Amino acid sequence: MHLILDIAWTHIAGRGRQTFVAIVGVAVGVGFSIAMAALMQGGQDDFVRQLVDTMPHVEVSDEQRSARRQPAEDVFEVAAISGLRPRDDRRGIINPTAAQSWLEEWMPGRFAARLNAEGVIRYSGREVGAVVIGIDPEREESVSPIVEDFREGSFAALTAGGNNVVIGDTMASRLGAGLGDTITAVSSEGLTRNFKIVGLFHTGTTARDEGEAYVLQKNAQILSNRPNAINRISIKLDDPNAAPAIARRVEAELGYKAVAWQEANESILEALVVRNIIMYTVVAAIMLVAGFGIFNIISTITHEKARDIAIMKSLGFSEADMRRLFVLEGVAIGGAGSLLGWALGFSITYALSLVHFEIAATGQEMTRLPIAWSALHYLIATASALGSAAIAGYLPARRAAHLNPVDIIRGAT
Amino acid sequence: MTSLIETTDLTRILHEAVPVTLVRDVTLSIGEREFVAVTGPSGSGKSSLLYLLGLLDRPTAGTLKIRGRDAEPMSEKERAVTRLTNIGFVFQFHFLLPEFTARENVEIPMRKLARLTRAEMRERATGLLSSLGLEDHLHKRPDQLSGGQRQRVAVARALANDPPLILADEPTGSLDSKSSEQVFAILEALVNERGKTVVAVTHDLDMAARMHRRIHLVDGRISEEEGAKPGF
Ligand SMILES: Nc1ncnc2c1ncn2[C@@H]1O[C@H](COP(=O)(O)OP(=O)(O)O)[C@@H](O)[C@H]1O
Ligand SMILES: [Mg+2]
Repeated sequence: MHLILDIAWTHIAGRGRQTFVAIVGVAVGVGFSIAMAALMQGGQDDFVRQLVDTMPHVEVSDEQRSARRQPAEDVFEVAAISGLRPRDDRRGIINPTAAQSWLEEWMPGRFAARLNAEGVIRYSGREVGAVVIGIDPEREESVSPIVEDFREGSFAALTAGGNNVVIGDTMASRLGAGLGDTITAVSSEGLTRNFKIVGLFHTGTTARDEGEAYVLQKNAQILSNRPNAINRISIKLDDPNAAPAIARRVEAELGYKAVAWQEANESILEALVVRNIIMYTVVAAIMLVAGFGIFNIISTITHEKARDIAIMKSLGFSEADMRRLFVLEGVAIGGAGSLLGWALGFSITYALSLVHFEIAATGQEMTRLPIAWSALHYLIATASALGSAAIAGYLPARRAAHLNPVDIIRGAT
Repeated sequence: MTSLIETTDLTRILHEAVPVTLVRDVTLSIGEREFVAVTGPSGSGKSSLLYLLGLLDRPTAGTLKIRGRDAEPMSEKERAVTRLTNIGFVFQFHFLLPEFTARENVEIPMRKLARLTRAEMRERATGLLSSLGLEDHLHKRPDQLSGGQRQRVAVARALANDPPLILADEPTGSLDSKSSEQVFAILEALVNERGKTVVAVTHDLDMAARMHRRIHLVDGRISEEEGAKPGF
């Protein structure tokens, strides 16, 4: 009602300084909540994006989750078998051609088969432990995150055939080798083969840059003495969120362990949830503090204006009108604080987005703070500010509405 | 003649450590176009009676009917609406809202009722204030007015929604004799010219004598009544 608004305005305007302090309190709360949410969300999004970009969405390996059912279990009613492990098959994924053509039929995305072999790379007396990865360059290009990270050369350089290798720049510098140099790869089977470096990549992930060497699949198979074997299928999906369902289907059909990126990073994703809970708890706490400021001013007003409340009631205002009046005052302060808080939050977020720095120590390089701009942050902060303002206004409002006007009129002089 | 207010054995006792009787067994009937004085020594319960008649307070016993309607079962909201439409209060102290001008104060009950347009409200408030000799003070706030002027604004506010009943608690109690006379004349005119019923508490026996009817209270009871119109 317009009248209630007018009266509320006179009350608030009459205590300019205190109102201003309460508004600033809310604004600071809202502003910092927004900035914090932007930063937290930004960090999370950035992190998840890196996971999704750098990892296969589903990775099928030649392992099995559980050991095969033992004949003893079929024959006897009770059988206890201990120390059973899934079989470790050096042949890798059995029947890889059939598996790949089955995947080809329905997979909403791309995939590439590989052979990962443990080994050591040697160059002029230095040694680095590495995974020698045998790839089909064309297919690999469609799923690998490294494609964009080449400093020199590319996967295509492998296509031509011959004994060529692509390694990370960190490995290269540790070996002291450069483009065009010939390194020696030694497999765990003891086989040795020379490769010429035709490409260098830099992903920013230290483990990768230091420990991966890509060669043609055929070469890896020869090096590890496993003709025609593959032991990994990396799948990149059009929709990363579909990964768990796809992984289940693949695992059910092929019988090999198929891990979706969500499963591989379960504990990290859980940590993100915990982080969000902590963040919203902090937001709630900030709003609670801002609510105290509002409670304080509305309480003061209801005390100072006790006489006016009695007058209004004698004129024919109801208790509900009085409650509405003071809740409105609280919400008005909360609303004004929110608006100011938007500006503050936007400014802080913008300022944070301008910060530049260099960190390489963590393995992932960062040059800017990851910031997420989202209207939802503004909405959530405002909703909690208005909610706490309404409660902070309601408590004194209820008391004021209950005041018996007769007590005040009688006591007035 | 219909009765505006009818009470039977109206009683108000404060339940404190020692119960205080404010009003006891008051039975009276007040009709339209009456000018009633409530007199009595200080502390005799005059104000308390007025609060009961104006639905500001609830009796502990007895019944009160306003325009034939029992007030007891009314909800808090209904009582508020009844005050808004049927009753105008004038207190000893002006009790205007300090942030609003004289005219805005008079408009408040009208805006609460919301029956007129804003323009009509403004016109009516201006008319009421002018008729009380305040045409030059429409835009002054209460602290810029004298005591007598404020009390006249309060009278104008009491008349805002054109209620049939005006309750005045020592309306001239804090005024000098000239202002008192002015306010009294206004109340008298409300009855004679506008057809209102005015119930006014007063200490001034001369003034009471000039009113139509006198109710004298002692210790919360009616001790003497004179001038009641026949039929009541
Ligand atoms: N809250 C209260 N507690 C105790 N006594 C009260 C209270 N309110 C009023 N009284 C007493 O009730 C009596 C009636 O008061 P009131 O109606 O104001 O009388 P009047 O208006 O005739 O002076 C007085 O004696 C007053 O002291
Ligand atoms: Mg009194």
